[in-house]
Amino acid sequence: MSYAANLAMTLPELVLGLGAIALMLVAAWGGQQSTRAVSIASVFVLAGACVALAGPASSGGAAFDGLYRADAFAAFAKVLIYVASAVAIIMAPDFFRRTAGDDLKPEYPVLILLSACGMGIMVSAADLLTLYVGLELQSLAAYVLASFMRRDTRSAEAGLKYFVLGALASGILLYGISLVYGFTGTTLFDGIAGAYAATPMSGEAKSLGLLFGLVFIFAGLAFKLAAVPFHMWTPDVYQGAPTPVTAFFASAPKVAAIGLATRVAIEAMGSATDQWRQIVIFAALASIVLGAVAAIGQSNVKRLLAYSSINNVGFALVGLACGTPEGVSGVLTYMVIYIVMTLGSFLVVLQMRDETGEPVESIASLSGLSRTRPGLAAALAIFMFSLAGIPPLFGFWAKFAVFDAAVKAGLFPLAAVGIAASVIGAYYYLRIVKTMYFDDPAPAFPRSENKVEGGLIALSAVFVSPLGYLLIPALGVWTTAAAKALF
Amino acid sequence: MENFPILSIMLVVPALAAAACLFLSDENARRLALAATLVDFVLGCVLWAGYQIGGPQWQFVEYAPVFGRFAWALGIDGFALLLIMLSVFLMPICIGASWRSITTRVPEYMAAFLFTEVLMIGTFAAQDLFLFYVFFEAGLIPMYLIIGIWGGANRIYASYKFFLYTLLGSVLMLIAMLYMANKAGTTSIPALMAYDFPPQAQTWLWLAFFASFAVKMPMWPVHTWLPDAHVQAPTAGSVILAGVLLKLGGYGFLRFSLPMLPEASGQLTWLVFALSAVAVIYTSLVALVQSDMKKLIAYSSVAHMAIVTIGLFAFNRQGIEGAMMVMLGHGLVSGALFLCVGVIYDRLHTREISRYGGLAITMPRYALFFLLFTMASVGLPGTSNFVGELLALMGTYERSTLIALLCTTGIILGAAYMLYLYRRIAFGEVKSEEVAAMPDLSSRELWLLAPIAVVVLWMGVYPESFLAPMRKDVAVLLARIDRAAPPSDSQPTPGKPIAAAAATLHHAAATEGAH
Repeated sequence: MSYAANLAMTLPELVLGLGAIALMLVAAWGGQQSTRAVSIASVFVLAGACVALAGPASSGGAAFDGLYRADAFAAFAKVLIYVASAVAIIMAPDFFRRTAGDDLKPEYPVLILLSACGMGIMVSAADLLTLYVGLELQSLAAYVLASFMRRDTRSAEAGLKYFVLGALASGILLYGISLVYGFTGTTLFDGIAGAYAATPMSGEAKSLGLLFGLVFIFAGLAFKLAAVPFHMWTPDVYQGAPTPVTAFFASAPKVAAIGLATRVAIEAMGSATDQWRQIVIFAALASIVLGAVAAIGQSNVKRLLAYSSINNVGFALVGLACGTPEGVSGVLTYMVIYIVMTLGSFLVVLQMRDETGEPVESIASLSGLSRTRPGLAAALAIFMFSLAGIPPLFGFWAKFAVFDAAVKAGLFPLAAVGIAASVIGAYYYLRIVKTMYFDDPAPAFPRSENKVEGGLIALSAVFVSPLGYLLIPALGVWTTAAAKALF
Repeated sequence: MENFPILSIMLVVPALAAAACLFLSDENARRLALAATLVDFVLGCVLWAGYQIGGPQWQFVEYAPVFGRFAWALGIDGFALLLIMLSVFLMPICIGASWRSITTRVPEYMAAFLFTEVLMIGTFAAQDLFLFYVFFEAGLIPMYLIIGIWGGANRIYASYKFFLYTLLGSVLMLIAMLYMANKAGTTSIPALMAYDFPPQAQTWLWLAFFASFAVKMPMWPVHTWLPDAHVQAPTAGSVILAGVLLKLGGYGFLRFSLPMLPEASGQLTWLVFALSAVAVIYTSLVALVQSDMKKLIAYSSVAHMAIVTIGLFAFNRQGIEGAMMVMLGHGLVSGALFLCVGVIYDRLHTREISRYGGLAITMPRYALFFLLFTMASVGLPGTSNFVGELLALMGTYERSTLIALLCTTGIILGAAYMLYLYRRIAFGEVKSEEVAAMPDLSSRELWLLAPIAVVVLWMGVYPESFLAPMRKDVAVLLARIDRAAPPSDSQPTPGKPIAAAAATLHHAAATEGAH
């Protein structure tokens, strides 16, 4: 295959990589004044990467001798990643301007671009080392983003915690990779799949090395996904990081991590489904239950949304546990709806500020929001009911898709326990609605002049409202086509 | 007329009005809500008039596959028609009942009620499994807000309890529905009603559906959310909760459990019978000692709903028709009773029975209506509930003598607690200055209670109007479930030969007496 054909398949990553480098230069010479221009340019770069997905980048197949895969699955995940990244850039300037002492610097959009580039590589990786390179590119940018408010100790702490635990996770993942490489002699997914298919996974002749490799790789991925029991970093990092960064962490990297985990599970270890399914089922149920129970006592809205993201990853993993095309399509459906709900919720959180303009994060400050800001309260109520999975909101469809796949795959106990545990989660989502609608008003948040954020909130709310159901046929076609690419 | 999408329009009218209400002033929101509910009532009457009795099983069918995995499929049979009529009839009354008593956040209140109406009609009209689930489950949101925002002192606890209890019941049903849709390869309710699921799976599916419907019904021992929700909800909220939302459980048994899972229904009839018998006796006794009027009526609802469940699971015509009549009658009567409570609550702001007394002297018109609805609740012949209870218990007797016996005590206890309530409130000396100062029914209140009173008497005197639309559907249902009917213990047994009869005449008489 010619080099040009290979490059055509990786065009989105090229656009992002070159764009990031060019904008970094602009930022280095332009300084603080260039922030606005760099931000706008970054959004255009992301849009360009989306456009670049059309053509060989979404249907080309294997590039660079099988190290990289350009298929419908990767393209689907990349669209989600790029959109979420763009929203994270758009929502940033207003937040940093209002936060005393820490203006937005032009590096912020550049770091997001680099992270998006890494995430694109993650979901396209067809080799354990490509996977690792993508993961590290994404993570390194994310560590810096977490501690982006240098003068804020919580932000610095979040960055450090994220870095130390992220490094630990990378170590575990690398150990798993080395075991798998040692016992199969290859890092290519195809080769690994052949080795797993050829080796019995149970009985006398089972290969402990392959089994351990699988366990360690899944443990490392669970860290990145923030799935229980490797979730401990999430609440602290989400609470400490600047809100736009938290919104970014809760959306794009989740899509990338779950896309990566899905590809590894299905393409590389598809023949060992029975082995990894136990791990995924445990992580799914534990995440659903712990994400729900631990959220009940929270008083900080960002921390609450952190537990909510753990809870939601659990539901997405229910789809992965099926190991079927329906399951993968369910995971993708889940992620689409999940990132809209999450970004919408964080956009509302961005509107929470006291009269001096400083951000507030306590749930109590939402008291009586339905009287002071009815539109905002209605939007957040829609996101909360949707996250709880109550029809007729679109969040119900996300849960429907994964549980439908679980029932089709015959995983009845998983489906029954998982959906029963979703009732626990409903409690804390309801608590936010209760605070906004039933309690007496707290001081009102000053109105924001930011039309873009208001528009994005309205757009997300309409998407998760019953009108979203009209998208089900289209969504079904896309997710099914994307899922087929893996089988 | 055939192609006119009347059911969709009945859903769209209140939905649009609900959205519009949010942007109006208090007074205009009230007017718009009343207008929209009246339009829906008129459309409901058109629906009833256009319904061909004895015609095709499913009428006014609409089908649009707009959601991919499931479809916008609507259509009604006789059961759905009657329950939709109940909903659209009670809705304008609810709006009227809230006209003066709700003064805060009126536009949101009206929007929530109109949204509830959409969901209720949608639930009864849905012909697609998942469309049904969406409507069924979505009802939690407006009811949660109605109880939580406009409810009484302990409203937050009640709203949580209502929401989480019913949600936990319903989610397991979703898993059962997913299994059924995948197994049968269709989401159409009429198709599923003709599909035979393997008997082993039926038991599990039945239990999952039961978890949901038993909570909605509510059946003992999962009824505890109901007294809390009723007591805390505003008057109109209680009316709609008791009047229509409790019927969703019975409708679910009728639409899903019995026709889709007949074998499991037959096997587990004992469970329904046992829980219902306990419910009738236990909740009636509990109702007897209540000091809060709304709580008393709430417990009486549980007892009446238990009569519905035994009737449904009697597997015969009388039982099922009786159960439907009890549902309709109870919807009207308990709704009216909650309105009656609301009338005096608006005046004295307490639901304590002991604070009232002698209202027959100070509020004669009120006392008359209250008496009528009390008697209807007791099941006096000539009122709606008599027809239903008699049929349901007759049907049950054919299936199980013991259960019929136990549940009939509920009628006696029902008379006890309702008459005791009426005596304490209406008769006796006028309790206090405040009670003496209470004005009689205003013309608005009269307009709310009079239509219900008329229909209650209509149902009692000429039930044929209500039995006719569902007659054919009952036959269809019976033809489907007859093969799984549980054994009956009330069949005639062969008598003793004549020759021996004379000798043992005394003995036989004694045995009969013992029965």
